[in-house]
Amino acid sequence: MSDYTVKDKVAVAGIAETTYYKRGGAPISEMQLTLQAIIAAAEDAGLDPRQIDGFASYSNDRNDPPRLAAALGCDDLSFSNMFWGGGGGGGSGAVANASAALVAGYSKYVVVYRGLAQGQFGRFGQGTQAKTVSGAGAYTAPYGLMSPAQSFAMRVQRFMYEHNGGHEAQKAISLTSYAHAQRNPRAVMHGSPLSPEAYDGARWIVEPFRLFDCCMENDGAAAVIVTTAERARDLKQKPAYVIAAAQGSDYRQAAPAHNAPDYATSNFKTVAKRLWGMAGIEPKDVDVCQSYENFTGGVMMSLVEHGFCSPDEVDDFMTVENFRFDGGKLPLNTSGGNLAECYMHGLELITEAVRQVRGTSTAQVPNVDISMVCSGPMVQPVSDLILRA
Amino acid sequence: MTSNTLTTEKTSYLPEGLPMPAASPDGLDQRFWDATKQHELMVQRCASCQTFQFGPEWLCHKCHSFDLEWHKVSGRGRIYSWERVWHPVHPALKGACPYLVVLVELPDAGNVRMVGNLLGDPMQDIVIGSEVQVEFEDHPEAGIALVQWRVAG
Repeated sequence: MSDYTVKDKVAVAGIAETTYYKRGGAPISEMQLTLQAIIAAAEDAGLDPRQIDGFASYSNDRNDPPRLAAALGCDDLSFSNMFWGGGGGGGSGAVANASAALVAGYSKYVVVYRGLAQGQFGRFGQGTQAKTVSGAGAYTAPYGLMSPAQSFAMRVQRFMYEHNGGHEAQKAISLTSYAHAQRNPRAVMHGSPLSPEAYDGARWIVEPFRLFDCCMENDGAAAVIVTTAERARDLKQKPAYVIAAAQGSDYRQAAPAHNAPDYATSNFKTVAKRLWGMAGIEPKDVDVCQSYENFTGGVMMSLVEHGFCSPDEVDDFMTVENFRFDGGKLPLNTSGGNLAECYMHGLELITEAVRQVRGTSTAQVPNVDISMVCSGPMVQPVSDLILRA
Repeated sequence: MTSNTLTTEKTSYLPEGLPMPAASPDGLDQRFWDATKQHELMVQRCASCQTFQFGPEWLCHKCHSFDLEWHKVSGRGRIYSWERVWHPVHPALKGACPYLVVLVELPDAGNVRMVGNLLGDPMQDIVIGSEVQVEFEDHPEAGIALVQWRVAG
């Protein structure tokens, strides 16, 4: 088994992001944002960007590797990879794919990147403007079920019914992200704190989600450099070693028209099992967790499915107290994440997980050894990453 | 059973202008949409092992037979989940919120699920597990009928 794992063999050696903007606010093109993030990540690692020889992204990023490599003047392109599936399900998965390429010897330095300028392209939170729709969308869109919030509210509603709770948990997840963002000058919501009253008083988007249960939509780019553990030790930064990476989807989760047999799920049940198996650790060993928030209900189910608490105790375990960076049992989303730092499609969660390992977060958890990322609840496929100092 | 036709004052639950379903160009669900126009609700069933599946697939996920047929169901269902939509994500929906979307399971078709609107008061209390009955919403100009649901009387 040990020969066939990425555990301890690769590390994140460089991280960077551009300025984060409100949706439509980027003053430069999406491609330029992406190039800026990649160059800055290489600089953070202490690499010449031309040494990058592998590219991995996800969620149909529009900036394809051959173009990026040409623009950067990279000496060689040995790995060009897209993690299939939408949403943020591939954030950790792209790091996992990069890790596999490094262990296989395909590449030496792989950049995982994501660039978004929604003002220059379409928005995620809007329905299709087409006159007709075929395929799986034909069973949902004509009934006004078109957006990610609407797709996922249905699953969360069912979870809340089956487990008779979840409102307080979702509220705590939202308040935690906003509280942590107040410490983070990069965060779009820095300087815009959220009170419990404002959370409760916000308008409904789609029940059971109110406004602050939903992620933002933003412009920006982020990048991380992944390389072998040996090479990482020769670079500028303290390596964040990959001790586990997993990706996948449970049985028939992508069955059309909301027909996944196990429905009230974030889709992490089988992925989490593989993750813990590779890492050789347990949930109690995690020092800090970044869990992708498309919607707070997805975070709630993710934490359950990774074994942090049982589904029937979400409102007891998932509290602002337990999620605090300073003394919480499970410090959560310490940069503000998709809700309040930037909707960088979850790549900002990976840069934050690395910062926690380095000791450079703006909401630094003391003595971090194990830093975890869960990418993309309720989509298919999803992915996970565990880093170690 | 009384009429399966939508009889509320509006001819459609949501305003015109939303994308209308069109049978998939590869033919996978032509039979389903043809049937709704006749006010019949069909679910795909494997001719070999009798497993129901929806949405349609090219093969049976259970036994891998490609011999699939369409089975007419009663149109009785149970609410499996629901949502009340307040924020319009399409220009046609401005002024149409709130509205209700339900996920309905069909006990006489292996509990496969279908999405539709729950007809009636958008502020009605919804109880998961409630029995519902299909109603077909005709859109003659689009050559299509939508599958809607109403709490069974």
